[in-house]
Amino acid sequence: MSAPAHVPIDDQPLAQPHGTPAGAQATFWPAVWLIAGGAFTLLWLYGEPVAKWAFKVPRDWQIPAKRWIGDFMRWLVEDASLGLFTFTDLTRFIADLVDIPYRFVLGLLSTGLLDGRGSSAEEVLPPLSWIAVTGLLMLLGHYAGGRRLALLVGACFGFLAVFGQWDNAMITLASILIAVPVGVGLGLLLGLAGHRWHPVEAALRPVLDLMQTVPVFAYLVPILFLFGFGPTSAIVATIIYALPPMTRISLLALRQVPKEVRELGRMTGCSRRQMTWRILVPTAMPGLMVGVNQVIMLSLNMVIIASMIGAGGLGFEVLSALRRLDIGAGFEAGLAIVALAIALDRLSQAFARKGRRHAQSAGHEQGAGLGGGLWRRHPHTVAAIALVIFSLAAGLLSAPLQRYPEALQLSSGTLGSDLVGWINVNFFDQLEAAKNLLLLNVLIPFKRFLLSLPWIGVVALLGLCGLRLGGWRLGLSVALLAALIALTGQWPKAMVTVYLCGISVVIAALIGIPIGIVAAERERLWKGVEIVIDTLQTLPSFVYLMPAVMLFRVGDFTAMIAVVAYAIAPAIRYTAHGLRQVDPQLVEAGVVAGATRWQLLTRIKLKLTLPEILLGLNQTIMLALSMLVITALVGTRDLGQEVYIALTKADTGRGLVAGLAVAFIAIIADRLIAAGAARTRARLGLTPS
Amino acid sequence: MSPHSAHPCAPARPVKLECRSVWKLFGAGAPHYALDRPDAADSAALAEAGLVGAVRDVNLGVAEGEIFVIMGLSGSGKSTLVRCLSRLVEPTSGQILLNGENLLAANARRMIEIRRHHMGMVFQHFALLPHLTVLGNVAFPLEVQGVARAAREDRARAMIELVGLGGREMFFPRELSGGQQQRVGIARSLAVEPELWFLDEPFSALDPLIRREMQDEFIRLQSVLKKTIVFITHDFDEAIRLADRIAIMKDGKVVQIGTPEELVLAPADDYVAEFTRGVSRAKVVRAVSLMVPYPGEAEEAASGPTVAANAPVAEAAPLFAAGQAEVTVIDGSGQPLGILTRAAVVDVMMRG
Ligand SMILES: Nc1ncnc2c1ncn2[C@@H]1O[C@H](COP(=O)(O)OP(=O)(O)OP(=O)(O)O)[C@@H](O)[C@H]1O
Ligand SMILES: [Mg+2]
Repeated sequence: MSAPAHVPIDDQPLAQPHGTPAGAQATFWPAVWLIAGGAFTLLWLYGEPVAKWAFKVPRDWQIPAKRWIGDFMRWLVEDASLGLFTFTDLTRFIADLVDIPYRFVLGLLSTGLLDGRGSSAEEVLPPLSWIAVTGLLMLLGHYAGGRRLALLVGACFGFLAVFGQWDNAMITLASILIAVPVGVGLGLLLGLAGHRWHPVEAALRPVLDLMQTVPVFAYLVPILFLFGFGPTSAIVATIIYALPPMTRISLLALRQVPKEVRELGRMTGCSRRQMTWRILVPTAMPGLMVGVNQVIMLSLNMVIIASMIGAGGLGFEVLSALRRLDIGAGFEAGLAIVALAIALDRLSQAFARKGRRHAQSAGHEQGAGLGGGLWRRHPHTVAAIALVIFSLAAGLLSAPLQRYPEALQLSSGTLGSDLVGWINVNFFDQLEAAKNLLLLNVLIPFKRFLLSLPWIGVVALLGLCGLRLGGWRLGLSVALLAALIALTGQWPKAMVTVYLCGISVVIAALIGIPIGIVAAERERLWKGVEIVIDTLQTLPSFVYLMPAVMLFRVGDFTAMIAVVAYAIAPAIRYTAHGLRQVDPQLVEAGVVAGATRWQLLTRIKLKLTLPEILLGLNQTIMLALSMLVITALVGTRDLGQEVYIALTKADTGRGLVAGLAVAFIAIIADRLIAAGAARTRARLGLTPS
Repeated sequence: MSPHSAHPCAPARPVKLECRSVWKLFGAGAPHYALDRPDAADSAALAEAGLVGAVRDVNLGVAEGEIFVIMGLSGSGKSTLVRCLSRLVEPTSGQILLNGENLLAANARRMIEIRRHHMGMVFQHFALLPHLTVLGNVAFPLEVQGVARAAREDRARAMIELVGLGGREMFFPRELSGGQQQRVGIARSLAVEPELWFLDEPFSALDPLIRREMQDEFIRLQSVLKKTIVFITHDFDEAIRLADRIAIMKDGKVVQIGTPEELVLAPADDYVAEFTRGVSRAKVVRAVSLMVPYPGEAEEAASGPTVAANAPVAEAAPLFAAGQAEVTVIDGSGQPLGILTRAAVVDVMMRG
């Protein structure tokens, strides 16, 4: 038998109906909240002298998790043996597996194919010239999406050459060209395994959940420890980062293959292998291509982070520019990443769509193929080969055709700085005033408030929330995770993270939800907004950091602005989506009852949309947390900074513990909000969407 | 009920596929549920055990070359039964005999072998592979078997021609209408020359006009191919048009098996009667059932209008329009069998 038909996609905890009669419940819970709130306030105001341990975790209560992890990693590298070979042999093997193809691609794109290593290496073949690479990708674009795509790709790569980013871009492209196929392949295989064996899927699920909530920085540290500084580590990290979404999407796409199509496979007598590769994978292909696109975008998102452990290329440019606060240079390299992202994103999307348009051209090709020669049957392949040969020859004859001449390079370097300079000259006072106003009146008081709270009280309150929203299991696990954060000594830093994340999410919601409301009812406006938020979500997160740093320099405020910009999209999207889905009959019922527009919105539509909005906020929180870790670069003092410091010191224990603390915060928020959304949905009598 | 009682004038044909007390229960406790209790098939007993009795104690036999229609309301277990017959669904108990071989005892390899060479299936929602052309889809079952490309494409082209889709070999499924897609499904299921042909509501997803056209097409194909067919439908008119015999299912049980005529004239219970109520008798009662024996010498050639023995009375009715009092009923070889009188035909027609 195939999988049962009614498996929910996400098994989020659902609100359990309580057995108590409604009357008793109406007085029971408010009383509980009152008592709990009172006790908490008392403890907070007067507890400090009496119970110091409630505010600061005593040293001998702390779990030495950092040391344990550090010791474990050392054991792994020095002593661990897997029978026939040691763990170090294994990592070395994996490193070679990644490294050899990487060297080859890098040779093609950048260094030239070399014989031998180091300085004694001799060039066997020069690298593809800038003309050849651009031309090849344009041909690919033409093949997949016609002339417009070819021009777009050409423009993107032309940008790289003209703005002097070519060499760095090729280094980045080489690592992407390795990371993407490996990530896609592994993700698909994991997905297939999970699809075939239910226990595998059951085991994968929590691992994927955790991997998607642990900030990337956290596992950069162990990777650095195992693979050393260099492009290999960077590629491994990129693969690990892009793997969970691909696995998830594969599982989903495979599950969506219609039952009848599987039955067809069995009726035609497919073997297991034929079933997988001839039926399941091709039928799931459109879904899988979404995953491929995701992997590409995530890999590009990782470019800058990966350069912290030795990726080089564009990411390193941005990173070092950020470090020396050279806005112009950083901005240009950042734009180059965006150009690369746009080109690769559109190419992969065109390939995903191509299947749908193949038919007519297939008909043509057949007709032409009978009479025509090789050229007419495979015009793109022939053109590509001709291009490579021609450009090789031309490159030998004339240097500018091999390398883009420096004399023709442009730079917007001064432009960016000039713009910032202009804004700062003309608006410095206003900007500064706004910043200080917010800092002094909102940010700092809120931070102080959170830091003054007793951890034990917060843990108890969170547990109570969990109990109320999702039953005792949720309550217990939420309290446990919160307590673990405290007991591993991360509490103050975690509070700073919560403060930054909380403020940013509130601001994102205050801006995003009204935009969603306004856009939801205006078709044309919504189309425009959708394009904007789609674009926002394809940009690598670092891009948001740049302008913020330019205008507000380093600090919490800058971090907050960047986080808001990065995390606002889901708040808008979910609000608008939810509003557009409200059953029109209910709205009509309101109109008939004589409700004003405002009443319609607040009494009917927003009420019904509440669960959707909650889920949007949930997404916003997740994005905010992942961005927060990156903002450690601009000098925040939270868990992200802790991870970042651990990275620079290659201190695995410290990095992982702080990283896990971020993951725990994310999991607590996610589970509480999901349970809350499920509860409101049940109360409104809506079916889970 | 014996599977052979059906046709008075058809020769008794050997049984191709037989189904003996087949059960399919869904639910966690299905393997442990005692089927030999007297009340095992009761809905109450099943509900108590938390089980769904999708197929309950079904016995039937399909004769070679017969169109056997399984008919019932939605959820009555038709799809599950037909999937038990091909073992896409593993029956909880019972026997499925194909040419005397018990399929439920066959191992995985043998099952693949049987499905590859002896069975074909057409699906309600077509189940075409979106990444393959019409040609690729039709050739797919042969490709799975490892038939060489030229051979399988020749065969596929012939099948595409047969279902009237010649010239569209290079189209993709999404570029075809629903009716055309199902023609592809039919061509594909015929590519391996199956002896047994399963069709699970093949025309239910199509509009009424196309459905009618596809039924005609199906009748034409069967007149050429003469396959053994198990055809599922929930549309009684479709069943009457196509069936040699019909099995009516209700809540997983087979309520009655018989020719369309038998079901209309002698429904076993109210459930069957409900289906047959709207059906005009003239469309199912055959000339041979209504005629009086031929008075003259059998060798004497019949004069005047004739009607085939198996034709429904409705087909003979127009022959009386010219004021004729009698029509001769003839068998397949043109020999007169009996006389159909005007009065008898009018009587049937008047009763609706
Ligand atoms: N995999 C399954 N698990 C549990 N119950 C099932 C399963 N498949 C079918 N059933 C149940 O078995 C019964 C018969 O279903 P089946 O699909 O065979 O009906 P059907 O006659 O083909 O209906 P339809 O005309 O709607 O296709 C239904 O009550 C259905 O809910
Ligand atoms: Mg069915």
